[in-house]
Amino acid sequence: MSTTPVSPEELAKRAEVERIKDKSRFLRGTITEGLADPVTGAISESDGILTKFHGTYQQDDRDLRDERRKQKLEPLYSFMIRVRVPGGVCTPAQWLEMDRLATTYANHTIRLTTRQAFQLHGVLKRNLKTTIAEINHALMDTIAACGDVNRNVMCNPNPYQSHLHAEVYEVTKAISDHLTPRTRAYHEIWLDGEKVAGGEAKDNEEPIYGKHYLPRKFKTAVAVPPSNDVDIFANDLGFIAVEEDGKLAGFNVTVGGGLGMTHSEPATYPRLADVIGFTPTDKVLQVAEEIVKIQRDFGDRVNRKHARFKYTIDDRGIAWFKEELNQRLGWKLGKVRPYAFDHSGDRYGWVEGTNKRWHLTLFIQNGRVKDMEGYPLMTGLREIAKIHDGDFRLTANQNLIIGNVSAKKKPAIEKLLKKYGMQDTDQQSALRLNAMACVAFPTCGLAMAESERYLPGLITKLEKVLEEEGLRDEPILIRMTGCPNGCARPYLGEIGFVGKAPGRYNLYLGAGFRGDRLNKLYRENVNEQQILEELTPILRRYAKEREAGERFGDFVIRKKYVKAVKEGKDFHA
Amino acid sequence: MQFPSLDRNNSPLSEEQARLFNQFAGSLSPEQASWISGYLAGVRAVAHGSGGGVHAVSAPVHGPELTILVGSQTGNSDKVAEEAKARALAKGLKATVKSMGDYKLPQLKNEKNVLVVISTQGEGDPPDNAKEFYEFLHGKRAPKLEQAKFSVLGLGDSSYTYFCKMGIDFDRRLEELGATRIYPRVDCDVDYEEAASSWMEGALGEFVQALGATSSVSASVVTAPSGFASTEGVYSKRNPFPAEVLENLVLNGRGSSKETRHIELSLENSGLTYEPGDAVGVFPVNCPEVVDRLIGAVGLGAGDMVTVGDAQMPLREALLTRYEVTTLTRPMMQKYAALVGSKKLAGILKEDALPSFIEYVNGREIIDLVEDYPGKGMTAIEFAQTLRKLPPRLYSIASSLAAHPEEVHLTVVAVRYQSHGRDRKGVCSTYFADRLGEDARVPVFIEHNKNFKLPADSTAPIMMVGPGTGVAPFRAFLEDREAAGATGRNWLFFGDQHFETDFMYQVEWQNYLKRGLLTRIDLAFSRDQKEKVYVQHRMLEQQKDVYAWLEEGASFYVCGDEKRMAHDVHAALLEIVRVQGGKTAEQAEEYVKALQREKRYQRDVY
Ligand code: SRM
Ligand SMILES: Cc1cc2nc3c(=O)[nH]c(=O)nc-3n(C[C@H](O)[C@H](O)[C@H](O)COP(=O)(O)OP(=O)(O)OC[C@H]3O[C@@H](n4cnc5c(N)ncnc54)[C@H](O)[C@@H]3O)c2cc1C
Ligand SMILES: Cc1cc2nc3c(=O)[nH]c(=O)nc-3n(C[C@H](O)[C@H](O)[C@H](O)COP(=O)(O)O)c2cc1C
Ligand code: SF4
Repeated sequence: MSTTPVSPEELAKRAEVERIKDKSRFLRGTITEGLADPVTGAISESDGILTKFHGTYQQDDRDLRDERRKQKLEPLYSFMIRVRVPGGVCTPAQWLEMDRLATTYANHTIRLTTRQAFQLHGVLKRNLKTTIAEINHALMDTIAACGDVNRNVMCNPNPYQSHLHAEVYEVTKAISDHLTPRTRAYHEIWLDGEKVAGGEAKDNEEPIYGKHYLPRKFKTAVAVPPSNDVDIFANDLGFIAVEEDGKLAGFNVTVGGGLGMTHSEPATYPRLADVIGFTPTDKVLQVAEEIVKIQRDFGDRVNRKHARFKYTIDDRGIAWFKEELNQRLGWKLGKVRPYAFDHSGDRYGWVEGTNKRWHLTLFIQNGRVKDMEGYPLMTGLREIAKIHDGDFRLTANQNLIIGNVSAKKKPAIEKLLKKYGMQDTDQQSALRLNAMACVAFPTCGLAMAESERYLPGLITKLEKVLEEEGLRDEPILIRMTGCPNGCARPYLGEIGFVGKAPGRYNLYLGAGFRGDRLNKLYRENVNEQQILEELTPILRRYAKEREAGERFGDFVIRKKYVKAVKEGKDFHA
Repeated sequence: MQFPSLDRNNSPLSEEQARLFNQFAGSLSPEQASWISGYLAGVRAVAHGSGGGVHAVSAPVHGPELTILVGSQTGNSDKVAEEAKARALAKGLKATVKSMGDYKLPQLKNEKNVLVVISTQGEGDPPDNAKEFYEFLHGKRAPKLEQAKFSVLGLGDSSYTYFCKMGIDFDRRLEELGATRIYPRVDCDVDYEEAASSWMEGALGEFVQALGATSSVSASVVTAPSGFASTEGVYSKRNPFPAEVLENLVLNGRGSSKETRHIELSLENSGLTYEPGDAVGVFPVNCPEVVDRLIGAVGLGAGDMVTVGDAQMPLREALLTRYEVTTLTRPMMQKYAALVGSKKLAGILKEDALPSFIEYVNGREIIDLVEDYPGKGMTAIEFAQTLRKLPPRLYSIASSLAAHPEEVHLTVVAVRYQSHGRDRKGVCSTYFADRLGEDARVPVFIEHNKNFKLPADSTAPIMMVGPGTGVAPFRAFLEDREAAGATGRNWLFFGDQHFETDFMYQVEWQNYLKRGLLTRIDLAFSRDQKEKVYVQHRMLEQQKDVYAWLEEGASFYVCGDEKRMAHDVHAALLEIVRVQGGKTAEQAEEYVKALQREKRYQRDVY
């Protein structure tokens, strides 16, 4: 179906982005010309859409917008580059390369994302090609890190059951590779790959996607119970590893997750995925491909706010979907196998894996790796990477695991951790250790309110109450985003903040600690003072009246602060 | 010619008079306009029996001929020459002004009575339009001039090492060629009017005597005026207009090492007008800290009274507003050496000690001088007498009246540097940057410059090379061409340090490109890559097109730094003409000279 031509009439009805993709000759557009234009640090709007597929977003420093307008200067344009790291695992050499690129071409920080990827911010247009080329030379890439395709595939970087992790990780990479776009455009534009004859792409350049790719972004994750750190239910497509007598038996399949919504548009809502059945490991790629194709063929290409897979499923019903899938597979998914998650956050500190190697999970506030006053985090990690004989693993909670450390190297690494003040990153309140904030200002073009730059300070204020109430070590999932797109998965926070305007947030309560229940709007458009006034009494009451082992998210529901959300459709109800 | 229309509020005229005047004034050419203003001023002068020579009341048809040869870059010498002509005519001499740029060299041997008014540019160089004449006069082919009488006026700036060198050269050379000096040469500093005026009276007086001309009005009333009637409106250099500051912002983005300001001044009700290519003269106020440090260093009292012209005022006020208190000039140092009686200093100032003079002056200011050569028991009056008047600073106009009626915009980069262990700051540029309070008013006048003008033909293409603040007049050019609906193609070469922070007026250029007004722009940001890249490199990269444009009749404009940029761009231009035109170096020289003659190669450099 990918090559069935779309009539001009049909195309005219579709969203502008669809026409841009159609004209783009498999994502080439006029990107190369745009990069060469010396009069502006920006590229054209339509090329801006296309570069996302190549893993880079045009942004501008929003702190300086007004100032520069008065100065008769264009906005300070730069590019964010998202580096795909399937399963979040990279080598020390690759880390050192990211570090070098960040300090040479970007803003001297590395951002660990909520999907186990790296982001560089502030890369100037004239350095963009070099930077992306050098990322590729380090055997990482950026293609399909963004755009209407399958994104970086997440995988629990599980250090506990190392043997399982190794297997699951292979599956993850296989899915990622299988669903990566095939267009040569990427090599032509960034890697000086030779042009396809006449610059025009072959029609079959994209066997899975076709020239219009998907209607919208598509996200896949693989989880290894009991940890749901990848927030499997927030993904369009998910695979839950099923372990039976110590071995990987296969995967339960989840579909239709997604969190993005738009303020005051109830037709848009976060949705958690349904678990629809079981697939043996050797069928995972076929299942993944067919599911992607169903979204390709049935997803809404007219209204992008209604184009995610979750709406395709809600519109037609899960029964229809299973039917369509089984038909395309030519076989039926098996019954869902039993599985159990008990948390979605990270476990910090050293653990020994079953392979006798050591893993250290470091707390990295909001995933921002940089040298700070009195805390040279970036330098410290650089020095560790220089001697490290294992790997680095990015977690889905914006943290970092120094993985597979040999017993021999462990002391040396611990020495460096001390030297750079990183020995006890986990000696923080459990609230802070379980917090996530999206990037937002100054780089994110969609931010309505601060997030990464604000949440840490807000937590400091909340910590006072926690100390008084003896809740310091009580993990509570707290998440903030600068807009309702949900990049830090705020709708899965027991406490969630979603930006509405500078200094103003919607406050959500009551998500499940295991990432299995959405939260619900508790207060709208509140400022800091109101936030503290609202949360303080609830936290105090939680300290006194919670039942044994009762999570904050469950508590606020039992105490009727909010109603439990059963499914996406009643999120706004 | 464009005049701001007068009415009852901005003039003493009645409604009806104003209407008639506006109608009449609109029809005047610049020449007619200046003749008329001169005429009126003259009549007024006679009426009051005071200064202001009677001008061209009746230009004699016959009578002894006088040629006024002028070489001018920024228009001052032109002004002087016009004034001299007006006064000569009034004295019955059949005077004509000839620009050295247009002068037919073979004519020279026939000249009998010559006044030379010449400025010095570069480092002791002739103005662009006088280069050929200068070379001809000083070359082998120069004719004998035994039968000629002459007198020379040099315009210059005593803060330059080769003060009035051109005047000196012409004076010496004319004598060498056998001509008779009828009146001694006069060298003018930046405040040239009075000196120039008395030179005219003296020199013209001699000619009248020698040639026995008969004045058209009784010579008795023709006394030396201290100023130039012929170029003065209500506001002028002698009577600057206090302009309100409408806008004063930094054009460089954060992190830039430059501080370039965009300044918008109001000309409302000033009657001042200008054309693209003209400049604004600004009378700055010195920095109080600098002044106080200087007063302390010479051990005088801020309140000590001094006389400036015919006004009495405290030393501090005089140093703030009337005198140059930083830049060292040779005359100043000579007077100061005499005052403090320092042999050592006098030694540095000997004509033959030029290197040591240059060495000392470099990076030093008056504060260094008075500390290095302290004097005892001098009075405020004595000290003030060693100083030169605070000269106005010129700024290329960055706006067009057509786009911004009754406004003038400037692009000013703050001069700040370190030398001999001191932080230094330019007087006028930091006056704009640091010392303009809210609703401050800046004393300004317009400095017309007919040697930096858009081509009369609005369909002719133009190439503009303006790195740094050199871009200012080209903003005016484009605004003017857009307002006039000029169809000629426009090509800008701009450069500075960094694209992100120093791309001055970036958004405006981008819009002009979109609108098609700006045909193309080539950019050179010197510090965005390993090797330094400047505008002349971009010119060379585009040399095929540059030459093609020239061949298609394009005018070539250069504005900005004189010391390095202008030279490198000139060299690049010669190179391009040589290579692309398949010419010898000599032919290329000739080609470029021709461009200058045709006024298709004009420079506004500083
Ligand atoms: C870096 C990251 C947040 C972080 O703090 O780590 C991020 C950052 C951005 N996201 Fe996101 N998203 C990130 C995870 C998410 C997640 C969480 C997840 O996937 O588990 C979500 C919610 C799940 C989902 O997709 O539904 C998410 C939902 C969005 C949306 C809303 C999509 C929707 O269906 O409505 C947008 C806007 C859009 O796509 O139109 C968006 C767009 C963006 C952009 C690119 C803004 C833009 O489009 O111009 C943000 C770049 C900001 C910056 O300056 O870096 N991002 N984004 C995460 C990168 C993940 C990765 O490595 O690929
Ligand atoms: C026709 C014309 C047009 C002009 N147009 C513009 C314009 O558009 N924009 C603009 O900004 N300027 C322009 N200028 C220059 C301007 O007139 C002033 O010269 C400039 O602003 C400096 O004046 P100032 O009073 O701030 O500095 P001053 O007090 O006059 O000091 C300047 C002097 O400081 C010394 N100096 C400067 N830098 C150093 C250094 N690094 N090391 C040692 N000594 C140094 C030099 O002797 C220099 O002459 C123009 C000049 C002319 C003649
Ligand atoms: C770039 C530049 C270089 C100058 N160099 C000298 C010089 O070497 N010697 C000098 O006496 N005056 C020098 N001057 C001062 C001018 O001669 C002075 O401003 C004169 O009034 C200009 O007259 P004009 O407008 O007729 O050209 C220079 C001025 C400029 C702008
Ligand atoms: S949630 Fe909104 S503000 Fe935050 S990063 Fe995503 S798009 Fe930007």
